[in-house]
Amino acid sequence: MASRIEILNEGGFRSDGRRQFELRTIEIDLAQQGQADGSAVIAHGLTHVLVSVFGPREARMRSHTMHDRANINVEISLAAFSTGDRRKRSRGDKRILEFASTIKSTFEPVIQTTLYPRSQIDIFVQVVQQDGGLLQACINGTTLALITAGIAMLDFVCAISGGVHSTSPLLDLTNLEENDVPNMTVAVMPKTQKVSLLTMDTRLHVERFEEIFRLAVEAGSTILVEMKAAVLGRSSRLIESVDSSTQPHGLGVENDNS
Amino acid sequence: MDVDDLENIQSSHSYNLTCPGESLTSSQSFMRGHGTYVDNEEVVASVAGTIQRVNKLISVKAIRSRYSPEVGDLVVGRITEVQPRRWKVDANSRQDAVLMLSSVNLPGGVQRRKLESDELQMRGFFEEGDLLVAEVQAFFADGAMSLHTRSLRYGKLRNGQLVVVPPILVRRLKSHFISLPCNVDLILGLNGYIWVSKHVKEIDQEGEQGFDAEAVYSNINDEIDIPTRSAISRVTSIIHILRAHFIPLTDTLLLETYEWTIEHENHTTDLLQQDFGEAMVAYISSTG
Repeated sequence: MASRIEILNEGGFRSDGRRQFELRTIEIDLAQQGQADGSAVIAHGLTHVLVSVFGPREARMRSHTMHDRANINVEISLAAFSTGDRRKRSRGDKRILEFASTIKSTFEPVIQTTLYPRSQIDIFVQVVQQDGGLLQACINGTTLALITAGIAMLDFVCAISGGVHSTSPLLDLTNLEENDVPNMTVAVMPKTQKVSLLTMDTRLHVERFEEIFRLAVEAGSTILVEMKAAVLGRSSRLIESVDSSTQPHGLGVENDNS
Repeated sequence: MDVDDLENIQSSHSYNLTCPGESLTSSQSFMRGHGTYVDNEEVVASVAGTIQRVNKLISVKAIRSRYSPEVGDLVVGRITEVQPRRWKVDANSRQDAVLMLSSVNLPGGVQRRKLESDELQMRGFFEEGDLLVAEVQAFFADGAMSLHTRSLRYGKLRNGQLVVVPPILVRRLKSHFISLPCNVDLILGLNGYIWVSKHVKEIDQEGEQGFDAEAVYSNINDEIDIPTRSAISRVTSIIHILRAHFIPLTDTLLLETYEWTIEHENHTTDLLQQDFGEAMVAYISSTG
């Protein structure tokens, strides 16, 4: 079935009308979600993920406290309706646990955990819709949620998936493409160009690897622009509302006293 | 998208905003403060927020983050655990605060040695889930804060309701105990926890010798009449609206908005409507 669909047609278009290196639209919402310290909703095309960050806070279990740094706890839940075939996954699903530990190990070197000794940072990822590139959406969403929570990080982490169709590399794969072509996910810290994560679920030819890898690192800086714009936009909105209401009222208090 | 970018960049300049990974200056001529780190002789931001410069010290203050305590701050907290000779208190900080048995007022005279019997009846003073108002006394080596309630104004809270706002919305005021004329008392904890309660007469609190342990550590609410109850919930709703619009709380602001709502509302539940809240915020910015 999948083989009947052209991954890349002769005109150089993919099944959803994109070019080889074109990314899907990225939508970011950094509004406050409930009681979370930081939260972000990110959509890469049809993949929607909601990430909430709680902490740094006192660890709920004594065994989780470390005297010199913070403990990072990642929990993922996939909505039953998020995929084409409706299926409920249990919390203890091996695939989900592995996914969570991947995210944890991606962020452990990036978050300045030594600033928060004896604390715990909880990251809750809720997958609302999936259409390929789930890991990249989770990582990008977590980066944004951590930043909105005011947690110290060395840099943004920008993740992107890439694959290769016969000899032509593709970026930001949909579910359809992910099922059909060898693919990998790369997470980079754009400032230093350090790679925080690289995973491959499928076999990829070694000669194709470097090309995709370079493209993915480059795409990371494109995603960074989007994420930075969202973070700065949120910051200036909040600061503006704080400033606009304090200045006049602050003066009012002064006048009352004098 | 491009237009958005431009706007964001312009506004970020006017407020000196930055985000993680942006290099601020060279570390040769400046010192790094909170929210920054040094990489390759450059001072780099590690949180998203406003850049602050004091002489040669560069720091970045995150807009929304957990409460970072300072000695002398007034905080409202909730007991999470009772441990030997101490309570653990959740005060919206990075770690739970500690309230030592030796830093609370005990029955039978303010100054006396703590006995073993006091240790055995610690749950008689504060239990898990109790709310209290206290002052930050000191810090432990790991950065956890130690609280004290050695004043008649501090202690267990009752007769009211807790509201949580981001700590940045509570500014340092002359007094964090506010009495509104609508028979409501407010305690603005600097950690963003706000206690809204029925007004208690000053006389009840006065007097060094008049420390009544029964009353201070009581778990039973006083009689609260219906008008006071609705006044409390009105103030709570106002704070919720101000939090949603990210407006810092001051005593004058709360008073003005309370009077405005009394004039304009038909029922207390009006405050739960979004358009009513927006009208209130529009009024605040117009008077400002």
